[in-house]
Amino acid sequence: MSRFLPRALMAPSIVTLFLWMIVPLVMTLYFSVIHYNLMQPDETGFVGLENFRYFMSDPDFWPSVMHTLQLLGSVVVITVVLGVGLAVLVNEPFPGQGIVRVLLISPFFVMPTVNALLWKHMMMNPIYGVMAHVWQFFGLTPIDWMTDFPLLSVIIMLSWQWLPFACLIFITSLQSLDREQMDAAGMDGATGLDKFYYLVLPHMGRSIAVVVMIEMIFLLSVFAEIFTTTGGGPGNDSTNLAFLIFKQALMNFDVGVASSGALFAVILANIASVFLVKLVGKNLD
Amino acid sequence: MKKVPFPLWRTVFSWGIALFLFFPLFWVGITAFKTEGQAIAGHLFFSPTLSSFAEVQERSNYLLFARNSLITSLGSTILGILIAVPAAYSMAFFPTKKTRDILLWMLSTKMMPAVGALVPVYVMAQTVGMLDSLTALVIVFTLSNLPIMVWMLFSAFKEVPKDILEAVRLDGATVWEEFQHVILPLTMGGIASTGLLCLVLSWNEAFWALNLTSANAGTLASLIASYSSPEGLFWAKLSAASLMAIGPIIVFGWFSQKQLVQGLTFGAVK
Repeated sequence: MSRFLPRALMAPSIVTLFLWMIVPLVMTLYFSVIHYNLMQPDETGFVGLENFRYFMSDPDFWPSVMHTLQLLGSVVVITVVLGVGLAVLVNEPFPGQGIVRVLLISPFFVMPTVNALLWKHMMMNPIYGVMAHVWQFFGLTPIDWMTDFPLLSVIIMLSWQWLPFACLIFITSLQSLDREQMDAAGMDGATGLDKFYYLVLPHMGRSIAVVVMIEMIFLLSVFAEIFTTTGGGPGNDSTNLAFLIFKQALMNFDVGVASSGALFAVILANIASVFLVKLVGKNLD
Repeated sequence: MKKVPFPLWRTVFSWGIALFLFFPLFWVGITAFKTEGQAIAGHLFFSPTLSSFAEVQERSNYLLFARNSLITSLGSTILGILIAVPAAYSMAFFPTKKTRDILLWMLSTKMMPAVGALVPVYVMAQTVGMLDSLTALVIVFTLSNLPIMVWMLFSAFKEVPKDILEAVRLDGATVWEEFQHVILPLTMGGIASTGLLCLVLSWNEAFWALNLTSANAGTLASLIASYSSPEGLFWAKLSAASLMAIGPIIVFGWFSQKQLVQGLTFGAVK
């Protein structure tokens, strides 16, 4: 077998992905060092690192970096912890197991825009929302989620959406757990907690890595949920990096500044992918 | 194997959590059949009406958006499979030292926020006259799903036992014969589940659909985003539109969940 064929087979993927990455990157690099504001088409020219300075001195900048990491971290922790718990809970057969599984997985198929609107209007609305009714039932003052806890609201929505995904992967993983080993451990006097810690968790290591990896890929650039609910606000309380760049590009029409922000996001993605390599690299073999 | 009786509390608890997590969807489902007045009052009992569905279609031509969603999802899935299968095949069966690096590089392209590429992609689409076109969406969806597809297919191909492959190669089969008669039948499930995931992701994709399209090529995800405000205040209409947008893909997901999960966990469940 020549070396030619394997490369030819890979070529379409590699070439298209390379173009998909490099062409926007080069254009972004170019835009990031010139003055390019759609509202001021006459003022152009090389400005060096001015755009970067402007983007990073934006009072929204550091908060948005923090929010990006908070979102990612919280949702990953919540979905993995609850996902493992739920998977262990529904693993053994019980009446209606099939239906329970179907109900549990459903939120994963909901499109982000619907997810966002449904939580914003029908669940978290402070006057008519379902959660407001529940709060009132207990004699509490309903919470204005989107205004008072915007980032937490987004975290709740995203966790609701990604929990089914984590849960399903964990359920599948649990089904391949060695039953005899579990039973033997039980005979030797291991408690449920022991079995969970020494047998179940190590067994699920790989699937946890897969869940973290996929969630990382999608959560670093959450956009639709923020766009359709809080619009990054109030103030900058729920602005993440993706939304900040969007704001610079489409609300301020400043392509130059937005491009410098995009490059920063690329750097952040690369840092994240270093962790990713550490995490899943060995699971690829 | 002896049967351990399943404690009642676990059944109750499992059902409780499942119903709790499903509740928002249930609520959208019933709100879609209410009048606006009933919707805002939050009644549990009401006489169902279909008027909201008709209004949604009339106001925003739901069927056009549904057609666009279907075309772009199917198109990008087929195109993606055609490009990703050869690449994953090559990586799994002709690995080199660089294979792992290439795969991780591909995954890292998926980690870049799409918004970073928005302006360049927008400018390019405008230059070639493909703004608001289904072709542009198909291309963009395909490229953004490609890394995940290659990764899933790679994992699926890796599961094929090595000795089968060696036997076939000793018989002097060409690569195409080897693929067609040995690999394809063994990995059909993996290819199918990769396609399923791609279909779901494309159907739900909102960012590119929102920013690259307007009246002609908008998809359901972008249609729903247009309900954000102030039309979001019309809950019955919002619910009807949402239900029509997520209904098909959820039902599809219910039937394909086993396949999908298997595909996502190749190599992860050993």
